[in-house]
Amino acid sequence: MSKPSSIIWSEHLPGGAHWSGVMRRGTCLRITDLEGGANVPMLMSNLEVLSERYNMPDTLKAQKTAFLTVPNACFSDMGRVLCSVISDTCGWHDTIGGISNANSLAEKYGTLNYQKANNDYFKNAYDSLVNELEKWDMGAKDMVPNINWFSKIRVENDGAMTFVEGNSSAGSYVDLRFEMDTVVVLSTAQHPLDTNPEYAPKPIELTAWKAEPVQSDDACLRHRAENERAFYNTAIYYGEKPHDFS
Amino acid sequence: MTLANENIQPSQVVYREVVEAGDPWMHVVKAGQKFRIVDLGGNQAVDTLFYNADNHDERYSATDTIKGQGNIYLTTDSVLRSNLNNPMLTITADTCGRHDTIGGACSAESNTVRYSIDKRHMHSCRDSFLKALSKWNEGMKKSDLSSNINFFMNVPVSPEGHLDFDDGISAPGRFVEMTAEMDVLVLVSNCPQLNNPCNGYNPTPVEMIIWQA
Repeated sequence: MSKPSSIIWSEHLPGGAHWSGVMRRGTCLRITDLEGGANVPMLMSNLEVLSERYNMPDTLKAQKTAFLTVPNACFSDMGRVLCSVISDTCGWHDTIGGISNANSLAEKYGTLNYQKANNDYFKNAYDSLVNELEKWDMGAKDMVPNINWFSKIRVENDGAMTFVEGNSSAGSYVDLRFEMDTVVVLSTAQHPLDTNPEYAPKPIELTAWKAEPVQSDDACLRHRAENERAFYNTAIYYGEKPHDFS
Repeated sequence: MTLANENIQPSQVVYREVVEAGDPWMHVVKAGQKFRIVDLGGNQAVDTLFYNADNHDERYSATDTIKGQGNIYLTTDSVLRSNLNNPMLTITADTCGRHDTIGGACSAESNTVRYSIDKRHMHSCRDSFLKALSKWNEGMKKSDLSSNINFFMNVPVSPEGHLDFDDGISAPGRFVEMTAEMDVLVLVSNCPQLNNPCNGYNPTPVEMIIWQA
């Protein structure tokens, strides 16, 4: 995917920050790992019906994968596609590792509050994401399994989970094309299984632009028959004629 | 069918009930009580969610559970953790050997995606969950449904990141038992899925036993 030509907005996020916003159907979001080693826990909901959320199991089952990259789609629990991964220079994004919380962060890194550190205070992913969810009338009950962009968890045959260091290098990016009007909630907190003993969350850049129309040979649409049917469900939800499918 | 209850005295049983395939079930297990699920017919997925009985906003979290133990499969000694990372139950016996917690629950809508649009009408776990929430009026709704445990279900993940639903590794009479670390509300759908091997294409009853050791 070439660099976006018609940028709508761009925003820099330092490590440990949290952010939320709406991505409209037919727009793209590039998340860039500026320094390498970033981690971006993300949750998504349908703007119109907030209880329709990104669903980890439905995403994985439909595409027979435990991680995300091109040409995967992120499925909602209503059988629709919230967004498609249309470009990815990283190659593996975690779906099962979950998030840090106040206790796990304190155990690993100690604590540092606002009074002492101002905006460099230590931030955990749980509190950060709940903070953003609350802005959209959601909350702790909407803390379902999240995506961790740029992180890799390897699962051995016996089920053991390992954090793979060096998965994302400086300048890596992933491009998401939104197929639904979506509330996006994210943070730049470290991965809970990050092996770095220091509190050192990394910055990212967000860039949004207008998507090209989805063509009938689109790689995400045609990835699997399951994707075709989820795109069908999405098109008819918006009252649009769906692409043909087998 | 063999009931795997040899080591439970009748006087210790607080509650027991056979739940047929396609039925929801909801019950409170008190802290310290043991909760046993017996796979009566073999290879029967039992989709299960847990809530703090006193605060339903605290509920089972698949990611906190697998992150906490560094392993995606559940078996003896697995601590089932909440979204607040508190221990809810600990698996204390398991004659099956492996249980899934990343495969989620089937729904009418995921049936349309995974199989075909005309499978929407088929009975599903989420419909059972929603029936349970409305029937037993616990004040919860769809947004309270998070990623569940699938007891007796086999969803292997490879080091290369492939994931699939495999044939089960359970058998008639196998059971899993856990001890509650807090008062928990248990919500179960005894899975009616007919389109994949999670129930051996033949959904069967399971037995729920709550007992005091």
